[in-house]
Amino acid sequence: MKAINHIKLEFPSIAGNVRLARVTVAAFASELDYDVSVLEEIKVAVSEAVTNAIVHGYQKDPQGIVTLTASLYDSNLEIVVEDRGKGIDNLDQALEPGEGTDPERMGLGFVFMRTFMDELEVTSEPDLGTKVIMRKKLPSEVKAKWFNEN
Amino acid sequence: MNLEIKKMGDTLLVKIFGDFDLELADHCRREIDRNYEKEAVKNILFDLTGISFIDSSGLGVILGRYRKVKENEGNVVIASGDSRIIKLLNLSGITRLIPVYPNTAQALKYLAGKVM
Repeated sequence: MKAINHIKLEFPSIAGNVRLARVTVAAFASELDYDVSVLEEIKVAVSEAVTNAIVHGYQKDPQGIVTLTASLYDSNLEIVVEDRGKGIDNLDQALEPGEGTDPERMGLGFVFMRTFMDELEVTSEPDLGTKVIMRKKLPSEVKAKWFNEN
Repeated sequence: MNLEIKKMGDTLLVKIFGDFDLELADHCRREIDRNYEKEAVKNILFDLTGISFIDSSGLGVILGRYRKVKENEGNVVIASGDSRIIKLLNLSGITRLIPVYPNTAQALKYLAGKVM
């Protein structure tokens, strides 16, 4: 299915870009009439996916490139965060609450992504990278607006 | 400047400003640990009233410090009145370990009560 609108962002794996990523997606999503509280939750989900790419995918190596796309489809906003880093060895275990290789982050990243988005898909290959796809249903009133204009 | 650290009696007052995410987390972790040892205090009060965003990186700093303080038989308390921040504190399970008060005055009162 073709996206009605989309943005694509590529940036090096540095901590300061976590903020850039979530603020950019929030700006894109704010066109879609989500409640402010929902926008805040989308920001957290993006932050978690990008932080995972930087911290786990690339082990904070600034040579690594994170790719982020946000796409508007007819019934949802889809956000994809991709790295070509070291991948997740045991994906099922990583997706369990309380897991995660950094004990201080408590494996909370995936918990927040799953809690705040309607759908979460994660694919990962050791040494090839990780791809996180998150979807959020559109507020019902936004559909008419975008379909009339496009 | 996104971090202010002060000693007050037996407590380290840690005030964080802005977005408490990965970028700030490493700096905060280092500075809080350094000051906690240098000042030889027992407790930490995290003043989150100046932050506009928190994610698992920031929450991880708080939880990691909680573990250290508990090893030292101290107490940790959080000041935050922002419902968005409190929601994340709840979801992370931190509120089951660390009490949250709407402002620093009440948080300090809680710590004072713990001493008596």
